Amino acid sequence: MAKRVGIEVSLAISEAVKLANVDAIAAYPITPQTHIVEHLSELVADGELDAAFIPVESEHSAMSVCAGTSAAGARTYTATSSQGLALMNEILYIIPALRLPVVMTIANRAISGPISIWNDHSDIMGVRDTGWIAVFAENGQEAFDLSLMAFKIAEDHRVLLPISVNIDGFTLSHVIEPHEFLGQEEVDKFLPEYKPAVQLNPDAPVSMGTVGIPEIFTEAKKCQDEVLKGSEAVVKEVFAEFGEMFGREYKVVETYRSEGAETLLMTMGSVSETAMEAIDKMRDEGKAVGLIRLRLWRPFPVEALRAEMVGVKTLAVIDRAVSFGGTGGPVASEVRSALYSIDQAPYVASFIAGLGGRDITIDDFIMVVGQAERMAAEKEIHQYKMIGVRE
Amino acid sequence: MTKKFNEKAWHEYDLGFMVSKPGCAAEYRTGDWRSQRPQTNKDKCIKCGVCYLVCPEGAIVLAADGTYDFDLEHCKGCGICATECWTGCISMAEEGE
Amino acid sequence: MENLNVYAAKLAPQQESLAPGHRACQGCAELLAVRLVAKTLGKDYIIANATGCLEIVTSSFPHSAWEVPWIHVAFENAAAVASGVEAGVKILKKKGKYPVDRKITIIAQAGDGGTVDIGLQALSGALERGHDMVYICYDNEAYMNTGIQRSSATPYGATTTTSPAGEASPLGQHTMKKNVVEIAAAHNIPYVATASPSYPFDLMQKVRKAADTPGPAYIHCFVPCPTGWRMAPNLAVSIGRIAVESKVFPLYEIENGEYKMTVTHKNHRPVIDYLKPQGRFRHLSEGNIAEIQQQVDKSYDRLLKKVKMSQIELD
Repeated sequence: MAKRVGIEVSLAISEAVKLANVDAIAAYPITPQTHIVEHLSELVADGELDAAFIPVESEHSAMSVCAGTSAAGARTYTATSSQGLALMNEILYIIPALRLPVVMTIANRAISGPISIWNDHSDIMGVRDTGWIAVFAENGQEAFDLSLMAFKIAEDHRVLLPISVNIDGFTLSHVIEPHEFLGQEEVDKFLPEYKPAVQLNPDAPVSMGTVGIPEIFTEAKKCQDEVLKGSEAVVKEVFAEFGEMFGREYKVVETYRSEGAETLLMTMGSVSETAMEAIDKMRDEGKAVGLIRLRLWRPFPVEALRAEMVGVKTLAVIDRAVSFGGTGGPVASEVRSALYSIDQAPYVASFIAGLGGRDITIDDFIMVVGQAERMAAEKEIHQYKMIGVRE
Repeated sequence: MTKKFNEKAWHEYDLGFMVSKPGCAAEYRTGDWRSQRPQTNKDKCIKCGVCYLVCPEGAIVLAADGTYDFDLEHCKGCGICATECWTGCISMAEEGE
Repeated sequence: MENLNVYAAKLAPQQESLAPGHRACQGCAELLAVRLVAKTLGKDYIIANATGCLEIVTSSFPHSAWEVPWIHVAFENAAAVASGVEAGVKILKKKGKYPVDRKITIIAQAGDGGTVDIGLQALSGALERGHDMVYICYDNEAYMNTGIQRSSATPYGATTTTSPAGEASPLGQHTMKKNVVEIAAAHNIPYVATASPSYPFDLMQKVRKAADTPGPAYIHCFVPCPTGWRMAPNLAVSIGRIAVESKVFPLYEIENGEYKMTVTHKNHRPVIDYLKPQGRFRHLSEGNIAEIQQQVDKSYDRLLKKVKMSQIELD
């Protein structure tokens, strides 16, 4: 039965992974992901979770071990952050190509240098094109729920792809929040035992990861892309089923007070909660402002995003990573592309904020909205602006 | 007609482009690489099997009479068998002669 | 004496699990060694393969030479992938969710580059964690797949495409071959051995032993490469034999820390017999060869001391 528990978000995620009855966990310590895997290793040591816990010697090996456990047919989990994710990079590409469902929590943290343990999204943006499904949680409850849903999405035989659940390092991973936990029985009903489509088994030998000669390589990439794009429908299905069973609704693109809004703020991750407060304040002042939050980052929910653009004149996108020398923040660039061909596309202003643990305040959001509206009115040509920086 | 592997559409391959037919490399003919062909003087063969054991291709097969034959579909003509043969009953002949 | 074993080949297992049609070069001793390992293990094993010659020649789509489950992920991580397969199969068996309940041997295999250079960290991690698996390094002493570049397993005095002998550097490779056998043994794992396909029964026995040993085992297999060593392909097996007879590559095992020679010779051949047939050593002067002879004698003596120490301890 559902019960309400006040607990650190990292530990709540570990509890979700336990409820998912995961078979194998391979992880290497990195701040701020550590509390998740520490707690999982305790659960295994105490006999509360019957799983292999493989304490590897690097993140590269963590992801490589995950390839092995998943190929063996085990429900597989790992977690990392920042440099650890960067070190995994090579293997991140290969996991989806081999169609191995692996669930990974990324406690988002800035990529060095200068070295920083604090939160931004530069780690996940660096692995944008590796072929993983990527979702973002804004609070502990979402992190708990999405961790459970991640297994169901990844292991669906129409999908069989890895998925990352992104949570902001420290600002989400290390805070204590109330969570509505689910009982084992209801989780089992929602998430049955993993049935691998293929596994390494001497009774039915297969060769995985063979040489992709030019005659098939393009087809292999096309297949991977189509399956990833197709996973959006499964994500929506799983969100709907979860909502029906447990009463908490999720969408690939979430909105907040966006009805009739002419200007929308756009965020990903835990800053959305601060952004909501800013929206409330501006609405109270009579401004037609709303918020749009990307839950699903990959595959990019183009149609769902377009559907929210009716009547919107200005879109202020907050990015928490820099695409150095690029045309906009990583999210803003995608959004501009997605909206370019629609009729009456809004003016898209790209703002970069909250790097390496810098706060984004309610006032920052209010300032951003004002600036975006002014830029839209003046049709200012810009690529991106970094805000909150000393000049 | 089953399609050749390089005629299939992207969605017609096995999951993750794995190869699910064990040992199907045997369908691939490496015998064409050969410039020299092993041949046995079976009168001198003592049926020891050394040639069979040292063939990197696994292209030497036991014959009904206990001697060994060459799988010329796969033999690449490296000549290890001739070099390692105890009695010298295997020799290498130029291919095409 | 040797002729007494003349019919021994008949005793080798008839089973194969590596199909012909693989695309290794003519006279590839690596594929011979792999075939002998495959013969020993039958069908109940799973392979995690590093990128390299062995991977590409056995898995060119749509073909695979493997008759057993096989996975290739990347270059430096065969030991880590094998760790995962081992841990995965084990936990699934424990939870009653794996379809086979027989004993399944887990093999990690890589070349020298994938083991002694880029894969050393993953290897060390896997050995330290104690996974029940056999890691086999097929050492052909250079990056053959990419075109014969030097690795840290390339021996002193060998030319490769990145350790060429020239006016300013007449020796070619001027560093000593890294001794990964000792590095593996330093992890206090139960079984470590050297092996050579030129001694098929010694190799097969060691593979059996390694597979039957609970916990990690490491086998360092010496595999002459006619292409990279610039020699005639028909000599691949005999040169491996001369490597052992000349003390260049001694065959021994380290079982629970105890050293034991598994192949010994009364009269050793001079290293020149080993160096001469190979084009990669053609540039060496008499002085270089004398120096190499000294190095070989010294490291062999050091090994014999360890063997002797083990005998004393056992007595």
